[in-house]
Amino acid sequence: MIQVKNMSFSVPDKQILNNITFSVEQGKFVGIIGPNGSGKSTMLKIIYRHLKQTSGLVTLYEKDILDISQKKLAQELAVVSQETPVLFDFTVKDLVMMGRTPYKKWLAADNQEDFAIVEESMMLANVLHLENRTFSQLSGGEKKRVMLARALAQQANILILDEPTNHLDIEHQYQLMDLVKELPITIVAALHDLNLAAGYCDELLVMNHGALYTAGTPEQVLTEETLREVFRMLAGVSKNPFTKKLHLFFYTND
Amino acid sequence: MTRPRFALLMAVLAAGLLASMTFAVMVGSVDITPRLIWEVIFSKLGIFIATDASKAQTVIIWDIRFPRILLAAIAGAALAICGAAIQALVKNSIADPYILGVSSGASVGAASVILLGAFSVLGVYAISLAAFLGAIFAVMIVFILARVNGRLSVIRLLLAGIAVSMVLSAITNFMLMMSKQQGGIQAVMHWMLGSLAGAKWSNLGIPFFSLLLVFILLIMNYRQLNALLIGEETAATLGVNLDLFRIFIILFVSLLTGVVVAVSGSIGFVGLIIPHIVRMMVGSNYKVVLPISALMGAIFLVWADMAARIVMAPEEMPIGIITAICGSPFFIWMLRRKRYSFGDGE
Repeated sequence: MIQVKNMSFSVPDKQILNNITFSVEQGKFVGIIGPNGSGKSTMLKIIYRHLKQTSGLVTLYEKDILDISQKKLAQELAVVSQETPVLFDFTVKDLVMMGRTPYKKWLAADNQEDFAIVEESMMLANVLHLENRTFSQLSGGEKKRVMLARALAQQANILILDEPTNHLDIEHQYQLMDLVKELPITIVAALHDLNLAAGYCDELLVMNHGALYTAGTPEQVLTEETLREVFRMLAGVSKNPFTKKLHLFFYTND
Repeated sequence: MTRPRFALLMAVLAAGLLASMTFAVMVGSVDITPRLIWEVIFSKLGIFIATDASKAQTVIIWDIRFPRILLAAIAGAALAICGAAIQALVKNSIADPYILGVSSGASVGAASVILLGAFSVLGVYAISLAAFLGAIFAVMIVFILARVNGRLSVIRLLLAGIAVSMVLSAITNFMLMMSKQQGGIQAVMHWMLGSLAGAKWSNLGIPFFSLLLVFILLIMNYRQLNALLIGEETAATLGVNLDLFRIFIILFVSLLTGVVVAVSGSIGFVGLIIPHIVRMMVGSNYKVVLPISALMGAIFLVWADMAARIVMAPEEMPIGIITAICGSPFFIWMLRRKRYSFGDGE
């Protein structure tokens, strides 16, 4: 459903992304991994059209995203970015209601359907009990979940997450990944924790120095060689005995 | 904030505004009873009510005090909603409607009329027109400076606003320095601190309809304003066309601020503190913030103008001094409070 063709992005003096091509199929959970500065966030920003690529093409349902109106795109694609909100103070309910913005014409009031969707989204993201709290009083994990609820209220077919588990404790990391994994929509997520990526993603894209190094299932991609070449880490590849998912054990030679 | 609470607050504030305006008409060198005020107003509006008001009282109520108080309410409401909108636009809680250069541009316009006699063919409207043109000119320069590679950056907008304001203030100060006319210098100073003394029925129409138009446009876009408060990136992913929306806000806010400044001088502080007070009371949802700000701004300026008229009577105190003296201590008290977030996300 999403196709990226020969995407490059540069700022003066620096090439950030170099000739990236891949596609994302409907319903898949695609993880993007790579070291700091490898271009993960930049690539996601181009896909959700916050930045404009220098060359190449991003298409959604075979249509150039630059030809899709901002509103229409927001109905198809929801984003939980790394941007830390929030200026001023909103209640959780008000914030999640903002997810309905792309469906609203001028002056249209929030209707029963919106309230139902907002409530369902808050329930899914496990923040319903916080609905009347103000956002600034919440903990980091709660804030992330509220932003996720807001994205869910957008009822988009694609959800883009930029390092969603950042700043979350271990329980909330897994809780969030479980929640996202259960969603019947396409997910594209930049992830730092490779074991989390291995455990949840259907497909992984490995980025290195602004280029796509390799792509495939976690088993195909997360090899000792990839880890050495891209992440500069020694690792043993094994299986998590409880989940039967691929698991990495890192070590150094010291 | 729940719907019934919002409705109640609106009703209380609307009643408060009417009461304040009535009281403001009563205050002055000639005492007038509230009953007389409403009799005169109703009879002027064509609703026949027998009135005991003498001819002189009618003139004082209807032609002198009432337009001035209406203008205070209009200017207060306009500056408050413009302040709220600008704070959302630049995502910065220290912003006020003048941050884009409106007041310094208007000052240059007004000073050149008063001191240099520009536009003198236009007679009494010369100051207003020159102030308005100066304001719009300043915003245009700021806007052009802030636009780089076809994109408008918020921080450039703020800095360009500061830079342009400085240059324009320097020009005004230069004109003041070089002027030999003591009366003219005082008139410019008075104008820069704001005064509603020039209010007449004939110059209320444009401010009123500008306020109405901009208020309706802003309230129709409250969702976009809210989205901007969470962050540009998020706003864009919620379907807000950032560039267009920013231009739209800048255009209409500058227009309304320019119109208000043209008739009342640059009254400071209202556009900064009222949105903060309102957010402290009701939260940041602009659906609620905009109408409440309008009413609070109107009430605040009606009282400030009343004070301006009476503290040094029969001399007039510039209203800008009143708004700053009354507003600042309150603002300081507010920023010392821990509970209120000024938008740094803490």
